[in-house]
This record gives sequence, C-alpha cells and structure tokens, in this order.
Amino acid sequence: MFVEEIHKLAEQELEARSTLKNRIRVCTGTACLSTHSDQLRQAFEQEVKAHGLEHICKITGGGCNGLCAAGPMVLVEPGSTWYQGVTPADVPEILQSLENKPIERLLCNPNDPFFARQTKVVLNHLEDIDPERLEDYLAIGGYNGLLTALNELTPAQVVETITKSGLRGRGGAGYPTGLKWGTVAKAIGSPKYVICNGDEGDPGAFMDRSLMESNPHAIIEGMAIAAYAVGANQGYLYVRAEYPLAIQRLQSAIKQASKQNLLGDNIAGTTFSFKLDIRLGAGAFVCGEETALIASIEGKRGSPRPRPPYPASSGLWGKPTLINNVETVANIPVIINNGAEWFANIGTEKSKGTKVFALTGRITYTGLIEVPMGMSLREIIYDIGGGIPGGRSFKAVQTGGPSGGCIPEEYLDMPVDYESLAKAGSIMGSGGMIVMDDTSCMVDVAKYFMEFCMSESCGKCVPCRVGTSQMHRLLEKITDGDATIDDLALLEELCDMVSSTSLCGLGQAAPNPVKSTLKFFRDEYMAHIVDKRCPAGVCKMKHAEVAR
Amino acid sequence: MSKIKLATVWMDGCSGCHMSFLDIDERLLELAPHIDLVYSPLVDYKEFPHGVDVTLVEGAVSNEEDLEKIKRVRQRTKILVSLGDCAVTGNVPSMRNSFGTKAVLERAYLDPSLTNPQIPNVVIPPLLPFARPLHTAVKIDVFVPGCPPSADTIYYLLSELLAGRKPDLNSMTRFGA
Amino acid sequence: MTNVVTLKINDQDVSGRDDETILELARENKIPIPTLCHLEGLSNIGACRLCLVEIKGMNKLLPACVAKVQEGMEVYTDTERLQKYRRTILEMLFAEGNHICSACVSNGRCELQRVAQKLGMDHVRLEYRYDNRTVDASHERFALDYNRCILCTRCVRVCDEIEGAHTWDVMGRGVESRVITDMHQPWGESETCTSCSKCVQVCPTGALFEKGKAVSEMTKRKGFLAYLTSMREGLK
Repeated sequence: MFVEEIHKLAEQELEARSTLKNRIRVCTGTACLSTHSDQLRQAFEQEVKAHGLEHICKITGGGCNGLCAAGPMVLVEPGSTWYQGVTPADVPEILQSLENKPIERLLCNPNDPFFARQTKVVLNHLEDIDPERLEDYLAIGGYNGLLTALNELTPAQVVETITKSGLRGRGGAGYPTGLKWGTVAKAIGSPKYVICNGDEGDPGAFMDRSLMESNPHAIIEGMAIAAYAVGANQGYLYVRAEYPLAIQRLQSAIKQASKQNLLGDNIAGTTFSFKLDIRLGAGAFVCGEETALIASIEGKRGSPRPRPPYPASSGLWGKPTLINNVETVANIPVIINNGAEWFANIGTEKSKGTKVFALTGRITYTGLIEVPMGMSLREIIYDIGGGIPGGRSFKAVQTGGPSGGCIPEEYLDMPVDYESLAKAGSIMGSGGMIVMDDTSCMVDVAKYFMEFCMSESCGKCVPCRVGTSQMHRLLEKITDGDATIDDLALLEELCDMVSSTSLCGLGQAAPNPVKSTLKFFRDEYMAHIVDKRCPAGVCKMKHAEVAR
Repeated sequence: MSKIKLATVWMDGCSGCHMSFLDIDERLLELAPHIDLVYSPLVDYKEFPHGVDVTLVEGAVSNEEDLEKIKRVRQRTKILVSLGDCAVTGNVPSMRNSFGTKAVLERAYLDPSLTNPQIPNVVIPPLLPFARPLHTAVKIDVFVPGCPPSADTIYYLLSELLAGRKPDLNSMTRFGA
Repeated sequence: MTNVVTLKINDQDVSGRDDETILELARENKIPIPTLCHLEGLSNIGACRLCLVEIKGMNKLLPACVAKVQEGMEVYTDTERLQKYRRTILEMLFAEGNHICSACVSNGRCELQRVAQKLGMDHVRLEYRYDNRTVDASHERFALDYNRCILCTRCVRVCDEIEGAHTWDVMGRGVESRVITDMHQPWGESETCTSCSKCVQVCPTGALFEKGKAVSEMTKRKGFLAYLTSMREGLK
C-alpha cells in the first residue's frame, strides 16, 4: 500500500507540472546565493505575479548545476534552456522570451564540454530538484531505492549489491564500501549506528556541501538503506556548523521524510525502523577523522583515538558503527535503483563509478563536476575546466587537500583513480582540486597547507602537535630566505618521522604536500635556500635577525 | 704522547661549569702533563689562538660578542665541546627568551625603585633577541649536558678525548644534573 | 573469552593472553619500552608515541600501550628506526615547552628527563619555541607550571577515572593546547576540584607540584594508583 502512496505523491507532482506552461528554476546553491539568486528568485515571482501568470508559470528553487563561476544560474522548462549570470534586470526579458526564442546573450550552452564531458550519477537531476521539496525528489524516482531494498531485498542482498558495485569510500581513503558494510553487519553488539560524515573541511572542497544543499533527501535515503543493510536503527548526520544552509535543508528534509513515514518507526509498513538526527561539528578539521567524529557526537572533545578497534566493531558509545562520507551515501540509492553491474561499468578496473570534484584555483570554470573514474587530469582541467585563464601556463594541481599532494604537468595524462593518484604522491581525497599556474610558489603552497595542519592538529599526539609546527617553521625559514641545506635535511627527516609516528590520518598525511612538492619541485626549494630567490616571485626574502 | 692544546671559553653562564672543571681536584695533576691550556678565563691569554685541539665552551650565545666569539672559536678548534646546560640547551639564560629583550632590560634596569634607572649601553655588547644553545650558531662535536656536569664527567670527558676517543657520556650526565 | 597466544618480542619467545597489550607482555618479560602518557591504572591513549613498536610484515608502527598481542606476532621494540623516532619525539617535547631542568622542582625525579637520558637525547636539534607560558598558583596547596607540561593528560585521566571529579580537561588545538581546570577558571577557583592531589602525584614532570617545594624537592607518590587498581581489580 505504502509504495503506491509514495508513487501517487510523485505522480501528483508530475501531473501538477503538466498543467503548467513553463517552469523556471533558480539555483539555490550557496555559490549562486552568494551572487544573490534569492533576490533573483523574488524578482521572478513578483514579475510572474504582476502579469498574473502564476497558474501557468511556476518559479521554484533548484539544485546546483556545477558551473558555480557563472552564477546565478536559471533553468527554463520546457526546453531545458540554461541561462547564466542572470540579474533581476533580465527577468522581464526572460519572461517575454518564453513564447519566443531564448535570449542569446544569457545562454549557457549545455553542449559545452563543461557539461557534455561529465557523467552525472550523484549530481544527476540536481537542477530538477528544489531542495526544499520532497515532491521534487519523489518526481525523479526518489526513495525508490529504499522501498526496493525494504520490500525486495534482504539486508545481506543489499550488502552484496554494494560489494558487487565496487563502490569505494569517497571521503579520501577509498576503502571498499561493501566490505565495510559487511563488517558492521556481522559485528557483534547492539544497537548499531550509522553515521554520515558531512564534516567536509579540505580547503577548496565543496562537493559534500553542494550535495547536502542540493539533494538532502538522497543522503537520507542512502543512510536509511545503509542502516537497513547493517541492522542499525539510529543514524547521525554529522555536519559542520559552517554549512548552515545544508543543515537547514537536511533538517527540513528529515521532517518531510518522517511525515511520509520514510523515516521513523516501521518505515513503509515494514518492521524496519530508522531514526536520523543531525549533529553539528564545531569547526574542528580533525572531526572529519572517524574516531574524532565519534568522540564529538558522544559530546567529548573531538580528538582521535588509536585504531584498532575500528568503529565497525567498537564505534559510537562502543557499539558497531558504520561511517560513510556524504558522497558515498549519495551513491547508494542510485546503485540500488540501477543495479551493481550498471555502476561497475562506469570507471576503471579498481575504481568504479564516478567522482565529484570541486575545481578551484587558476582555472577558467570554477565549479563542481562529476566524471567517471579514470578520466585524465588533462581532460578534467583543460576540456571540462576550460584550462588556465589569462594566457598563463599550468604548473601543478593539488588534490586531496592538506593530506594530498601537488601533481606536476608530466602527470597530466594520468588517469584519475585511487591507485594512480597514490602513485603520483597524492591522494584522491574528498575531491578538492586546486589548479595552480606559474604565479604560484610551490614552497609557499606547501607552507600554506602545513599552516593549515598545524592549526588544525588536535594536539593529542606529540609528532603532529609539535612536528607540524616545527615543519611550518622550517618552511617559513625557507620562504624567508633564512634556511640552510641542513634545515632542508631536517625538514625531510621530520616528514618521514611525522608521517610514520602520528596517531591519526591528519598527522600521518600532514607532510604529504611537502613531500610531493619536494619530489617534483625541488629546484624551487633550492632556489630559496641557495640563491635566496623565489622563482615565482611570491616569497619576500628577508634576512635573518640572528645570523646562523 | 704530545700535549693537546686545550682552551676553555666562558659565555652566558654562571661559571659553574668552570668551577666543576676545577673540582677535578688532584686529578688535574694527572691531566696536566698531557694538556697545554692555551686560552681560558683561568689563564691570562687575551686572544683566542689558532690550532686549538679541544675547546670547552660554557654558556649560551646571548649577545653579539658571544656570537662573534663562538664563530672564531669554531674556526680555530678541532673538537668543540658544548659544556653544560647553558651551552647545550640555553638553560637559565634562555628563560628571558619568552619575554623579549626590551621587557627584560626594562624590568632589570628601569625599575622605579632604583636610584639611577638606565639601561647600560656603553661598552656592553647588545643582547641578541634570544639566548640560544651553541649548536644553533656553530657545529658542535661533543655535547655535555648538566648544570653543571660533575667533575667526574669532565674528567672522563678529557681522559677520553686525550685517548683519542669520542666519549659516551650518557650514563654520566643529563639535563639539569 | 581469552586465549593464550605465543609470539616473539625482539626474537625472544613469549606467551601471553590475547587481551594483553604488547606493553604489558613486554614489561612482564623485562623488555623495556619507554612511555610517558601511559601509567598503569589509567586508561591508555597512545598519545606520546614513545612506545611505538615495529611488527614484522606490517608497515604501520603500533603503540604498544594499546595494541593487543596476537598469535605469531613478531614484535621489535628497539630498532634503530624506533630509537631515532623516540629521540625526535623527546626533542619535540623539549623544544615545545620551556623545560629548564636545572630550575625545576622535579629535577632528578622527572620522567621526561629520565627518558631523555636513557634514550641518549643529549641536545635538541629543533628550534625552541620559547612560548610565553604562565604559572597558575591560585590553588592553596598546588601549582601548575605550563612551561613544563607535556600534555600527557595523566592529570585529566586520573581526575576523571579515579577521583571522578573531571576537574581537568584540555582546551585549544595543536601547540596551543593546554590542560585547564573546570571551564578554564583559575585552579584555586575550581568548584569541582577536591584537592585530592592525585593529578600532582601522577604528573611525570614538574608541571604539577606541591607549593613550598624548591628545586629537586618534589617527589611524586604514584603508589596510590597501583593500590587502588589492585583493590578495584580484586572486586571484579
């Protein structure tokens, strides 16, 4: 019965749409909001009202389409006409054009490689969803994955499907998701918990933010399926407090889902119950590390603890706990709907599916993209991202945030997958991709990331707490022109020591940006140390107060 | 066996390490035939000579004169020994480092209770921003922590150096000993 | 259910229970592993990283204080690599605080000092931070010298786990981390402190001490912890 009711809601929504002549979606993502898409939406609503067109032209919000650099974005249906950089002044013209030809000067070409070269799995349909409306999610087949899982699959079959799909954790490390689920499902202990890690903290990363803001119901659905598969009845969505819009939308989505019995007791009339609560992170980067995140949910100081035991056997309040990242969770409903084989056909041998990247830095199209695993960096940066602006030349791309590394030009044709990135001295990470041109000093970049790790170290273990500050000081000496060759040797020694001895991933990976820049751009370090010169002209060399 | 040329230098320290050196007592007589003391606060030479085999340095590098001196000493010495905690760690002289020279000088010399408060600036070499261990300024060959290192430690150090060995002092001394 | 396992530590055959840590089993067998944050009777947190050991066939180093022994494991506690890392950890601690040993109440009785001597750390190659750290002498009987705190959090744990007061905790991040009393009030104004002195007694350095003690005079009495632990274990 229940399934029919949900399908009825979806049909009603589609029917309501069919009576409309036009639908206009204004992007409500953070990037477009920052260019006042909220005012734009109001302008549309007022103009429609002024002309008495409410019954045939509906103005709604929409999710992110990825081209954040060109916002605010507007989608006009039917016809799927995309406009970019729209201002309230353009509104009358757009409404007048509904009967005629689209407005050339505002057009955003959907055949542009930025869109055409992408493969959207988790970002699919985002523009078709007003994040505030459950009906919109249902209209694109939302919650079908959950209903299928509950009614047609055993928990073990769900785990098997995820295992077969080859999905790996999108939070950075790339641990096989199905294996993790299976471990939690088999773990002894009750109750069990599922946690979604929305503590995205890498500089330049906004994949999870966009997902939570644009499609909150997909996260809820994915978590519910995960909970069913591993035998949990309580879930926590851990979101950083710096994402107020994501929090607000997730909160209202949870309310809507609960009202329709897609969350709560006896979901969809089955014996499966699942409650979902939001917990806010208070701004500590380290709380993205799973044991620190768990401590934070428990109300303790967010600092990591040694593993094993892993959360799968002893997590939240000592109970078996499944932790997945936002993007991982968002993949779940799609896999259940389309099948493991479909998913496994995308991507490479060892890295299946797609990956969402946040393209930032010296790149023409700043924004959010989704590509199949295995696409080359060159295709991502030049074809999709539009290359380096201002006639400058490419120098490096930083992936994986403060735990990642800088990849130089000679690796541009390397396929982007977990193994290749690791081989090149970086990591997939959560998906931040910062492009740098010849105006960037690589020592300065390494110093920036080290400063980040130094101030985000939780202070629990000695190598990370003191080591990051010591390494930062050495990098500062180099960029000040005060360093000697001995300082460089000490820096390299500390890189090894800190990554080998730190307690958690933050410290273990903190030296990565230094290691990779030393590997590929050692000549820049030498120029600072020996010639007291910054080749990119970024570092202001000053002489030491105390001569060595 | 030919005599070795030994020098001792006193920088920012309390002279306790030199006292401890003298505390070797009668064993000094044992060492004397093998040692030519070419420079030291204990003897009269004014200029640090060239070609010194072993120099023991007590005290931290605290002012511009110290810095100049330790560089010269390093140039003219084969084996440079950082003697005592002030030389090895900065010790008590380095306790001023977290306050800054200005605050320290003002507290010491401009206290209103003094009859003629003024910061001395004639003849006296200016302070460096930090009192630092010797090895931050020059390469050190042997570290002898201790406040002060005991007479036994110093005796052992010299006997080993005389015998042409690098002394292992770990069991004999430590920071603060 | 616990099982008996056999394994090797430094090529020596040893046997233990599988719920024992590598540190426990090593010490039972008189194989020394240096520690600072560990203290028998308190929970283990693996924070100081001095007790890291190498396991044959494993890339990662494991903290002996929390890692459990396993059948067939081959543990190495004192390789050259470990010695080097341990000395660097000690250098980091000395560079971080302002440990002027010669002017410390715990001089000659300090665990940090002892470990440094034992491991042959005779000078600090890293740059000293010279942070301006304070002293909290607001408590009637005890004082806290932040210059000498190594953030082992033994005080935090003994206060929480043994005394049950949880007066102590940690605030701040990275090198700015500090142990604090209550909500960062002066210790003397703490409403939860029972003045039991357990924190003072377990502190490995001169960071926590009894007032009125001069250089080298502060003897820490950790015996109570072993007594309390044995009483508690006996009740099980």
